[in-house]
Amino acid sequence: MTLIAERPAVIGHPEEHEHGRLGVLGWLTSTDHKVIGKSYMLTALAFFLLAGVMALVIRTQLAAPDSTVVSQHTFNELFTMHGSLMLYLFVGPFAFGGIANYFVPIQVGAPDMAFPRLNALSYWLYLTGGLTMVGGFLTVGGAADFGWVAYAPLSDAVNSPGAGPDMWIVALVLTGFSAIFTGVNIVTTVFYLRAPGMTMFRVPVFTWNMLVTGILILIAFPVLTAALVMLWADRHLGTHIYTVAGGGVPVLWQNLFWFFGHPEVYILALPFFGVVTDVLATFSRKPVFGYRGMIFATISIAALSTAVWAHHMFTTGTVLLPFFSLMSYLIAVPTGIKFFNWIGTMWRGSIDFTASMYFGVGFLVVFLFGGVTGIFLASPPIDFATHDTYFVIAHFHEVVFALVYGAFCALYYWWPKMFGWMLRERLGKLSFWLFFIGTWITLISWYIVGLHGMPRRIAEYSASTGWTTLNQIATAGAFVMAAGVAVFLVNVYVSWRTQVRAPGNPWDGQTLEWAAASPPVHHNFTWLPPIRSERPVWDFNHPDHTTQQVHRKEAATAPSDPAAVKTAHGQDVGEERHP
Amino acid sequence: MKVESRFLLFLSMFAAVTASIYWFTSYEDAGSVMLLAVCLLGLLPGGYYYWWSRRMTPRPEDDANASQSDGAGVVGAFPGSSIWPFVLGLGAAMTALAFVFGFWTALFGLTLAISAVIGVIVESRRGGVH
Repeated sequence: MTLIAERPAVIGHPEEHEHGRLGVLGWLTSTDHKVIGKSYMLTALAFFLLAGVMALVIRTQLAAPDSTVVSQHTFNELFTMHGSLMLYLFVGPFAFGGIANYFVPIQVGAPDMAFPRLNALSYWLYLTGGLTMVGGFLTVGGAADFGWVAYAPLSDAVNSPGAGPDMWIVALVLTGFSAIFTGVNIVTTVFYLRAPGMTMFRVPVFTWNMLVTGILILIAFPVLTAALVMLWADRHLGTHIYTVAGGGVPVLWQNLFWFFGHPEVYILALPFFGVVTDVLATFSRKPVFGYRGMIFATISIAALSTAVWAHHMFTTGTVLLPFFSLMSYLIAVPTGIKFFNWIGTMWRGSIDFTASMYFGVGFLVVFLFGGVTGIFLASPPIDFATHDTYFVIAHFHEVVFALVYGAFCALYYWWPKMFGWMLRERLGKLSFWLFFIGTWITLISWYIVGLHGMPRRIAEYSASTGWTTLNQIATAGAFVMAAGVAVFLVNVYVSWRTQVRAPGNPWDGQTLEWAAASPPVHHNFTWLPPIRSERPVWDFNHPDHTTQQVHRKEAATAPSDPAAVKTAHGQDVGEERHP
Repeated sequence: MKVESRFLLFLSMFAAVTASIYWFTSYEDAGSVMLLAVCLLGLLPGGYYYWWSRRMTPRPEDDANASQSDGAGVVGAFPGSSIWPFVLGLGAAMTALAFVFGFWTALFGLTLAISAVIGVIVESRRGGVH
C-alpha cells in the first residue's frame, strides 16, 4: 500500500490519515518514521540498560583488590560488550536512528523520511545485528573479549577463537549497513523534502547537525565494514592482511578502525550538540546565538574529524605525530565556537529551568571537561605518559557521559511530543542530580587513579598499588549514576500511570515540530506556519517579538479555521498569541 | 540546491588539501587513500548538485519568500506499511550468520531475502493512491 503524500495547498487545511494496523503486525509492517524512531529509541535504551548492568558488575569487581566476583575471562567479555553495546548499539542508534528518525522529517516539514521502506530495513538490521552481538554470550566460548576496538592480532583466530567473536564481527557488519542506510535517508530527506520557505539556512541546528552526521556516517561506516570483512577473511580464509606471519600489517587494522572510530566520536556527539542547541534556545526564549557560526562549526568539526584518527595510535610509533597532534588541537576551535554560542544563547535569556534544561546545561559542563582532557591527550608527550591508563578511560567516559546527558535532555524535551503526555519535572530533576553527582564522583577518581598509573582492562589489582580507595569511590559513583537512571525509569512509569496530557507546544518551542499535534498525526502536519526564519513557530506565536521579517499578513490569514490548528488533544498551537 | 552542493564541495576540497598534505608529509598509503575517498564522496554528489543548481529554477524550499501553497501538490510516494523490510532484514541477518555457523542458515536467509526483493518490486508496481 503506497500513500501519495500531498502538502496542504491552503494553510489550515486539515488532512488526517488514520494510521493502519495496530499491534505487533502493525509494528512489524510500519514504515512510519515516528514508529521506527520510537522503536529505535526503545531498543537503544534496552541496550543501554544492559550495558549499564555490565558496567556495575565491572565496578563491583574492581571495588576491592584481588577480587573474584567474576573470572578474568568473563571480565574481558564484560568490558568488551559494555563498550560495544554503549557505542555501537546505544549512543549512535539512539541519536541517528531514534531522535533523528523521529524529528528530522518533522523539523523540515516533511511527511516522512525519503525512503520509508529502507528506513524500516535499517531498524530491522539494527535489531538483528544487536541481538546477534549479545547472542555471543550464549556460545560455548562466550562473547567477544578483545575489547570494543578488536585490535589485531588479539582478534585473530588463534588469540580469540570461537563463534562469539565471529558474531561480534557479523553484528557490526549488519548494524554498519543499518547506519549507512539511515545516513542516506537523513541526507536525502533534508536535501529533498523540506517545506516551501525552509531554505538550508533556516533548517534547525539539530537537523543541520544530523545532516552532517549523515555525511560522516557515509564516510566512516563503509571503512569499518570493509575492515571487518578483512578481519573475518583473516580468521577463516587464511588471508594475512593483519598478521605479521604472512606479511600482513597488524597496525593497518588500527588505521582502518580509527579512520572509522574518530569520525564515529562525532557521529555520536554532533546529534547531541544539535539537541542541546535547540533546547537551550527554547528554554532561554531566544534565537540560537550565532546560528550560521554554529553550522559552520559543525561542518568544520566533521571535516577535521576525518584527519585525526591516528591520535589514538601515538604510542604505536608508526604515525606522523605533528600532523595528528595539530589536527586534533584544531578541533578545539570550532568546538570552542560552539561553547561560546551556547553561552551566548543563554546570555540574558529568560531561562526556564526545566529537567530538560538541567540536562542540557549538565551536558555543557561535562562535555567541556571531557573536551579539555581530550586537548591534554592531543599532546603526544602527555599521551605517552597516560596511554591505556584510567586517565584515558576517564576522558572518553566523560565525553560519552555528556552524550547520555544529551540523550536525557532530548527525552525530557521531546517526550510530550512523541507520546502526548508529560514526564514529571521533579523526578526529572532528582534523576539529573543523582546522575550528575555520580558522574563526578566516578570521573574524578578515575582521573586520579589513572595518573597513579592504573592501566585499563585489568580485572584485578593488588592492595599494595594503593588504588583501592579511589576504585571504591568510583564504584560508589557508578551506583549513584545507576540510581539516577532508575529514577528516570520510575518517572516514566509514574507519568504513564497518571498521565498529564501534553499540549501541542508545551515549552513554547520555536521549530516546526511544535506546530504538529502531540503526538503528530500520520504524515505529521495538518497545517504549517509560514517559514520566514529558523524558528517559524516562534515567529508565528510571537509576531511582536521576532527579529525576523515575518509576513504578518501571511500569519494573519493562517488559521482561517481555528479548528485546523487544534492538536489531537484539543490543545492550541498558537491561538492565544495570534494577533 | 546551491547550499547543498557547496556544503559537499567544501568537504571534498578540505579532504583533497588534507590528503595532499598528509601524503607528502607521511607517505602513508592507507590514510591517504581513505582521505582521497572522502574527497570523491563529496565531489561526486556535490558536483552533480552544482551542475544541476545552475540549470534549475529554485525549488520552493530554496526560495526564502515561498509560501506553503507554492509547494502544494504531490510530495512523493510513501509506502503506508510493508512487511518486506522486516522479511529482508531477517533474511539479511540469517545470511550474515552463515559466516558464523555455516551455509545452512544462508539457505533460509537467502530465501527470505529474495522473497522480500520480489515482494517489494510487486508492491511498488501495485502501489497507488491510498
